[in-house]
Amino acid sequence: MSVSSALYNTFFKRNSVFVGTVFAGAFAFGVGFDIGVTKFYDAWNKGKQWKDIRHKYVTEE
Amino acid sequence: MLSRLSAGAFKKAASAGASRSAVNGARSASVRFASTQASGSAALESVLNSRAALATATAVSVGTIAWYTHLYGNLPFLGEAHASHLSDEGLHPQAYPWSHKGVLDTFDHASIRRGYQVYREVCAACHSLDRIAWRNLVGVSHTADEARAMAEEVEYSDGPGSDGEMFQRPGKLADYMPAPYPNEEAARAGNAGAYPPDLSLIIKARHGGADYVFSLLTGYQDPPAGVEIREGMNYNPYFPGGAISMARVLFDGLVEYDDGTPATTSQMAKDVVTFLSWASEPEHDERKKYGIKAVIIFSVLTALSLYVKRFKWGPIKNRKISYNPPADKTH
Ligand code: HEC
Repeated sequence: MSVSSALYNTFFKRNSVFVGTVFAGAFAFGVGFDIGVTKFYDAWNKGKQWKDIRHKYVTEE
Repeated sequence: MLSRLSAGAFKKAASAGASRSAVNGARSASVRFASTQASGSAALESVLNSRAALATATAVSVGTIAWYTHLYGNLPFLGEAHASHLSDEGLHPQAYPWSHKGVLDTFDHASIRRGYQVYREVCAACHSLDRIAWRNLVGVSHTADEARAMAEEVEYSDGPGSDGEMFQRPGKLADYMPAPYPNEEAARAGNAGAYPPDLSLIIKARHGGADYVFSLLTGYQDPPAGVEIREGMNYNPYFPGGAISMARVLFDGLVEYDDGTPATTSQMAKDVVTFLSWASEPEHDERKKYGIKAVIIFSVLTALSLYVKRFKWGPIKNRKISYNPPADKTH
């Protein structure tokens, strides 16, 4: 069984599975994309945001 | 579809084109007189030259100009004489390199914290900050415990209680910043008739925004020769008109920062302006992060749609249509 037919049989053959794949994929992409962008944003603004200076002011957790 | 046309159709089209261009050539030679010679346009001509047409055109022009000037004041292409001086507009503030200026830059939250201290210790004596509650500081410049402690130092009137009376209670996180004066009249009475504006949205409310307020706070100086400032007013070239009721309020060493930053005049001005920038745009950091996401997603979608368009149109644009005329059977 070739890769493409395996792909077809697992994800595209049944519409319910296809729709589920789209939804799960969108969710996973959303989470991953947010993590990636946040990582870049925090690196770019290193030392400026509240989470970077918070430790100076919290007394106990 | 083309194949259904007879060969004669093409010939006709070609000759029609040729004859038309010949007509065009002939006409262009006499184009100046075309309208006067054309008999069909005589009626139209008389309408266009009528008095009614003249009156209508005049009415339309006058009406348009009147409407425009009513909406926008004056016509854009006419020069104007102003009996005013540039100083009435206020000196243009220079552009400062704010730590949050770039499209990817967040606020400098340590600066917001120092700026809050300056606001509390200096500006809050005259200016309210109505739209900021104690809870807004949590996770921005202060911890929840710090904000709660600061709120509790202020007394708020609440109620009515079960006895129908208003009562005093210590502040909580949900309370808004206390105002120095109970109402505008009291504020004016305390400031020689001038109203210290609420600072919540001041950065958005002034041309030049943060640059302007910084310049205003640091720009006090003696009035230049020939400029007279009334008693109780102060000269500041950045303030439109030059005479402002607020005296210079920031002086070196006025506050003591808990992070050890030297409290120079410009440092305090920068910090308080950063704080006020946050106050007028608390969503700023989050907004820029969403901006990054939106730009990435929409760039990918644009590239994708361009690709799909080329992909779908490829066969249509590259196909070749050939026409084989049917053999002429008469000869
Ligand atoms: C002694 C009272 C007082 C203090 C303290 C004070 N101000 Fe003012 N402020 C005023 C008054 C009064 C006005 C109105 C001035 C006018 O309209 O002529 C004003 C106006 C302003 C304006 C508006 C200027 C404009 O363009 O209309 C800003 C911005 C401002 N103050 C910022 C501050 C900041 C920031 C601080 C703290 C560092 C501060 N002020 C401290 C009294 C004060």
